[in-house]
Amino acid sequence: MSQTTNVLLAGVGGQGVVLAAEILALAAANAGFDVLQGEVHGVAQRGGIVHSHVRYGPVVHSPLAQAGEVDALVGCEKLEALRFAHFVKPGGVIIVNEEEIPPSRFPNDNRPYPSNAAGFLRAKGFQVVAVPATERATALGEHRAANVVLLGVLSRFLDIPREVWDKTLVERIPKKFLEVNQRAFVEGVSLTG
Amino acid sequence: MTKTSKRLMSGNEALARGAWEAGVKFAAGYPGTPSTDVLEALARYPEVHAQWSANEKVAFDEGMGAALGGIRSLVTMKHVGLNVAADAFMVFPYAGTNAGFVVLSADDPGMHSSQNEQDNRYFAKIAKVPLIEPGRPQECHDFIKVAFDLSEEFKTPVMFRTTTRTAHTKGLVAFGERVEVPQKTFQRDVRQYAVPIYRERLRPILEKKLRQMEAWAETCPINVIEEGSTDVGVISSGIAYQYARDVLPEATFFKLGMIYPLPRQRLIDFCKRFKMVYVIEELEPFIEEQLITFGITNVVGKARFTNVGELSPDLIAQGVYGTPVPASFGQEIAILPRPPRLCVGCGHRGLFNVLKRMGVQVAGDIGCYTMGALPPFEAEDTIFCMGASIGNAFGFKQAGIERTVAIIGDSTFIHAGIPSLIDAVYNQSQVTTIILDNDTTGMTGQQVHPGTGRTLKGTPTRKLDLEALVRAIGIDHVAVVDPWEMDNLENAIQRAMAHNGPAVVIARHPCLMIPEQRRLERTPYQVIQDECIVCGACYLVGCPAITEVDDYPIISAIDCTACTLCVQMCPVDAIRQN
Repeated sequence: MSQTTNVLLAGVGGQGVVLAAEILALAAANAGFDVLQGEVHGVAQRGGIVHSHVRYGPVVHSPLAQAGEVDALVGCEKLEALRFAHFVKPGGVIIVNEEEIPPSRFPNDNRPYPSNAAGFLRAKGFQVVAVPATERATALGEHRAANVVLLGVLSRFLDIPREVWDKTLVERIPKKFLEVNQRAFVEGVSLTG
Repeated sequence: MTKTSKRLMSGNEALARGAWEAGVKFAAGYPGTPSTDVLEALARYPEVHAQWSANEKVAFDEGMGAALGGIRSLVTMKHVGLNVAADAFMVFPYAGTNAGFVVLSADDPGMHSSQNEQDNRYFAKIAKVPLIEPGRPQECHDFIKVAFDLSEEFKTPVMFRTTTRTAHTKGLVAFGERVEVPQKTFQRDVRQYAVPIYRERLRPILEKKLRQMEAWAETCPINVIEEGSTDVGVISSGIAYQYARDVLPEATFFKLGMIYPLPRQRLIDFCKRFKMVYVIEELEPFIEEQLITFGITNVVGKARFTNVGELSPDLIAQGVYGTPVPASFGQEIAILPRPPRLCVGCGHRGLFNVLKRMGVQVAGDIGCYTMGALPPFEAEDTIFCMGASIGNAFGFKQAGIERTVAIIGDSTFIHAGIPSLIDAVYNQSQVTTIILDNDTTGMTGQQVHPGTGRTLKGTPTRKLDLEALVRAIGIDHVAVVDPWEMDNLENAIQRAMAHNGPAVVIARHPCLMIPEQRRLERTPYQVIQDECIVCGACYLVGCPAITEVDDYPIISAIDCTACTLCVQMCPVDAIRQN
C-alpha cells in the first residue's frame, strides 16, 4: 500500500481540475507507473465541486484513496482545500491556491466564507503550501493556466522526473496553449508558499 | 488478438474501443450520465453507425432490429433509461438475437446526477439475460468483447453494467484492432420472432437457455479466483472489487465478471474453504441473496456494507475492521456547501425569475432546469422523471390546482413529453406547457437531438419543427418567446394560461455552452457605481457573474454574457454596456 502515491485534486467547475488530474495521471504513466484517476463528472461544469483522485504505483486497484491516506492535496480554491483536507495523511502536503470563489448560498446560511484556510490547515499539522496560482497565471496572460501552476508546485513533492512532466505537457496540452502552460509549470516549480 | 499499445482511457472510452474492435456496426442510445461518452467515442469510428435516438426504447428497438438483421449492435443508456426501454428488454430474450446484441446500463450509485439509485442488476434477473460487469478501464475494453461473443454463442441479448465510477475512472488500457464480423442472415421464422403469438412455446426455451448459461458461468474466463490468505475469503465484482482489493490485500478473492447467472457450484466450493466469506457489492445484496438461495450460510454482506449510496474503500474498511470513516473538518471551520447553479446567461434563469414572480405551481422535469427548485429561484414544485411534467400538471388541474404550468426541455419533450401533450389535448385539459428550447441536450453536455437538425456524426438532417409539431397535436395557442426578455415571457405565459384550452409557450434561447455560442463575442455590462442605489435588485436574478464587493454589485467582465437580466431588474438603469 505504501508503494502507492495518492494525490487528490479539488476545485470548482471551470478551474481545470480534471485536466490537471489527467496531466498528472499521464505523467505517472509516462514515468512507468500503473495509474488510476477516479472522478465523477456531471453537473460540475455548472459551478459545482470537482475533485479527482490520482493513484499511481507498481499496481493500483482502487481509483479512490482512503481518507487519511492521501500524500498530497491540491486545492485549486481555498474552500475546496478545506472540504477535502481530511483525506490527507497526518503531516501530508496541502497545496492551496489563494483564490476565493464564493459559493451560491442557501437562505439562512449566513456563515462567512472562512477567512484563514491555510492557517487552519497548518495548525492541523499539514505541510501547507499556499500560492497565488491564479494571480501568477493571469500575469502570464492566461488565468486558466492556474491549474498547471499548481501542478508545477505539486511536482516538487512527487517522484516523477522533470523531463517526464515536460514531455507530458507537450503530449496533452493543445499547441495553441502549450507555451503559456509550460511557463505556468515553471512558475509553479519555483513558487514557494 | 495481439495487444499493440497502452493508452490512458476512461472506462467509457475503453468500452467504446472494445465494442469497435468487436466489430460493432450499429450503436444507438439516449444521453444520460454516466453513459453518454460511450456513444460519443463510438461516433468517431467510421465503421460504426452511431446515433442518438429519440429515447432509450427507440434505441433499443433499433438495436434489436439491427442485431436480428445480422450486425453486431450496442445500445447505451443510464440506469433509468433502461426503465424506458424495459418493455422491449423484457420480451427480446424470448426470441433471442441473431447477431451479437449488448445493452449498456450505466448505473449511478451515489446519485451523482440521477433522481434515484436503482440497482439495475435485478433487471437482468427479471429479463433472464446474462449480466457482465467490469471494474476498471481495461475490463471495460476486454469484457465488452466477451459480452458480444456470449450473445452470439447463446443467441441472447447481454446486459453490460457499469457504474459512474467505472465509467469515468481513467486507467491504462492495452487495446487491439478491429475484427470485422461477417453479417449473419435473418431467417424468417414467425415461431421465433412473433413472440406474443408463440410465447408459450418460447417460455420454456428461455428457461433452458438460462440453465445452459449457468453451466457456462462455471468455466467462464472472467470469473476468477485470486488466491491469497486462507483466513479471509471475499466474493466481489466490478468497482467494489477494485476498492476491496486495496482494503484486503491479503485475502483470497472470487472475482466475478459475470454476475448473472452465477457459477453456483464454484461459489459453493469456494465458500466451503473459509469460516466466513465477505460479499462486497455496491447497492443491493444482489449476489448475496443468490448465494443464500444456493444454501450457502457463511457469507457476510449487507450486514457490514451499506446498500445506500456509493461504496468506497473507507466504507469497506469500516465494514471489515470497524474503523470509522474519517469526518471532514466541517465541525471546526465553515466549509460552506457549493450547490451547482445555472450557468451565466442561461435562458432558464429568465424563466425561473418570471415563474417566481408569477407564483404559479410548477411541475418540473429532467434537465439543467431541475436547478430551478433551488435558491435563489425556488420556482419549481415537483420533479420526478423524464416527461413527467405535463402529466403531473394535468393531474394537478384535476385536483383543482388551477394556476399550474408544466416546464420541460426540448430534448426531454421529444424523449417523453409528446404523448402527454397529445393526452392533454384529447382529454381537454387547460394545462399550459412551457418548452425550454435551448437547442441541445444541456445537462449531459450538449448533445444534438432531432430538434437541432444535426446527427451525432455531425451530418445535417431534417430539423424537427416544434411549433408545427405541437400545432399538429391540436394545440391552438402557441407562443415563442426569448427567455432573456422577462416581461415578454411573463405576458406570454399569462396569455397561455388564460387561453381556453391547452397551450404551449416555447421559451427559446440556445444553451451558451454550445460551442458556436461559446465563440460569440459579447460586450459585458457593468454597474455604474455613481448611479447605483444599492437596492440589491440585480442580485435577485441569481447570476453567478454578479458579486458584492465593498457593498456594491460588481459584474465580472470575464463571465458576463450580456443577457441583460440584471439590467431588466435595475430600477435606475445603472447597469450599462461599456
